Amino acid sequence: MAEMMSTPKPQSTPKPQVAEREKQRSFNLHVNDKYYALAFLGPSLLVLGVFVFYPMLRTLYLSLFLTNNVGRPTVFVGLKNYVNLLTSSAYQASLQATAVYVIGVVVCTLVIGLLLAQMAVRKLAGIQWFRTIFSATMGVSVSVAAIFWLFIFSPSVGLFDQIGKLLHLPLVQWLTTPGPAMVAVIISTVWMNLGFTFLILFGALQMVPQPLYEASAIEGASPRYQFFHVTLPMISPTLFFTSTVTLIGAFKSFGLIDLMTAGGPNNATNLMVYQVYRDAFLNGNYGLASAESVILAVIIALFTLLQFKFLEKRVTY
Amino acid sequence: MIQTKTLKPLRYLVLILLAIVILGPFILGFWTSLLPTADIAKGALWSSHISFANYAEAVKQTAILRYLLNSFVISTLTMAAQLLFCSLGAYAFVFLSFKGRDLLFYLILATMMLPFEAEVIPNFATVRRLNLLNHYGVMVIPFLTSAFGIFMLRQAFRQIPPELKEAADVEGLNHWQFYWRVTLPYARISLFTLAAYSFLESWNQYLWPMLTTFSDKFRPVQDGLRQLQSQETFNNWGMIQASAVIVVVPTLIVLFVGQHYFKNGLNEGATK
Repeated sequence: MAEMMSTPKPQSTPKPQVAEREKQRSFNLHVNDKYYALAFLGPSLLVLGVFVFYPMLRTLYLSLFLTNNVGRPTVFVGLKNYVNLLTSSAYQASLQATAVYVIGVVVCTLVIGLLLAQMAVRKLAGIQWFRTIFSATMGVSVSVAAIFWLFIFSPSVGLFDQIGKLLHLPLVQWLTTPGPAMVAVIISTVWMNLGFTFLILFGALQMVPQPLYEASAIEGASPRYQFFHVTLPMISPTLFFTSTVTLIGAFKSFGLIDLMTAGGPNNATNLMVYQVYRDAFLNGNYGLASAESVILAVIIALFTLLQFKFLEKRVTY
Repeated sequence: MIQTKTLKPLRYLVLILLAIVILGPFILGFWTSLLPTADIAKGALWSSHISFANYAEAVKQTAILRYLLNSFVISTLTMAAQLLFCSLGAYAFVFLSFKGRDLLFYLILATMMLPFEAEVIPNFATVRRLNLLNHYGVMVIPFLTSAFGIFMLRQAFRQIPPELKEAADVEGLNHWQFYWRVTLPYARISLFTLAAYSFLESWNQYLWPMLTTFSDKFRPVQDGLRQLQSQETFNNWGMIQASAVIVVVPTLIVLFVGQHYFKNGLNEGATK
């Protein structure tokens, strides 16, 4: 991954000592290059232009307006949408819920993912089976995960309620109480993330040179010392990459929220993308929703930049 | 040595516990899909009527197979288009020289930072104006190419030795021929990765199809499950679980088969 982030180098041109005829031919080829470029790049540029560049500018533009119910701008209001948002307690609550969710998801995904990878990297009989099982949630899409977990958290028939009853614990209304609902969506998201995270971290652990462990073992390093002073530093670039990918994914969460809680109860799981969806497509407030989109995009862009910068520094690891 | 011996059973215990946690939701989902809904509603996890009746009901009463077909069509088209257009674009950035090439590349690279979720408002207006709503096209056309795919393949194409290009120039191969005969076969592992990535990405789309498709004829599977879960069948847990299992089994099979081939492919590349 890291080498993918390096800066481009100019392509090598044909060596000067090639025959004159070849030079001429190569010159002709390069003259033709711009037509080829148009043919090769045209389709991509068209699609990116219409569905990426234009909407980016359009969202920015709309965020400065009040809009009518089909999303056409009506009154220019400058930064008023942003001011209204950032001073509204409802939006602040949504930001806060997103922060709690993102931190919960990233920390749990990385810790559990690392535990899975660390357990699966040891050579034991039958370990292949465990590796396959640990990566299994990669094949789970968001609606399937939501349905499986909805059942587990559902009142009276769900697994957690049944276990609670068995142990005579107080009943928890998982999806209809704010705190537990947040916990429920975090657990479901983490489970869904684990397959991918496990595969990436497992790959990184396998790449740690074995002699490092042997050398430190000879010097009497305990497994715990080895983990913190050999393993973690060696996989830190991958760990960083995984955490940014997980973090960006968590900021963009929508499907699981929509299916499990619909932003509720009492807006407790009303994450940023859900808020955009609500304001734009349920309330018809496109200007405000555009401002929310811009804020979301800025946050995600900042984290992506951070990742690029970091990986650029770590070209060789 | 003694230490590792006593640790071994403990390791297996931890591994098994972790495996149960990961597999738990799958097992529970599959198991309840075999129980009559009446028993599930009573909170029973055992029944004297274990059968595949829920599956038959799901296939007969819901459009679940149609949703699967829709998703398969949409994801396959998206994957094929991305393989073609991303590789063509990447080729231009590596083997063609034209004015503003680097600037354009960085511009495309920069769009990788923008989440599609933050652009749905204008995009929805665009597809409505293009009369694409509620059609396969609405889920394929915006994703015919991807900045990530261009970026990834550009990195792969840059690994191609310049001598190959020089030799091809001497042979008189034009760019189309070099692209088709040399570049694509050379970067086949990266192409395979992009294929898997773009297929899954399309398969897992949720927000966009939810906004743009309104009928079972075009609705992909994620949105279809949402439909089942939120509407008439609510609380028919047996059938919902059966539908979820129908959806997850093909992807699990693809994943495990793919993983096997992917690992072999990677090894092949590494030992070359």
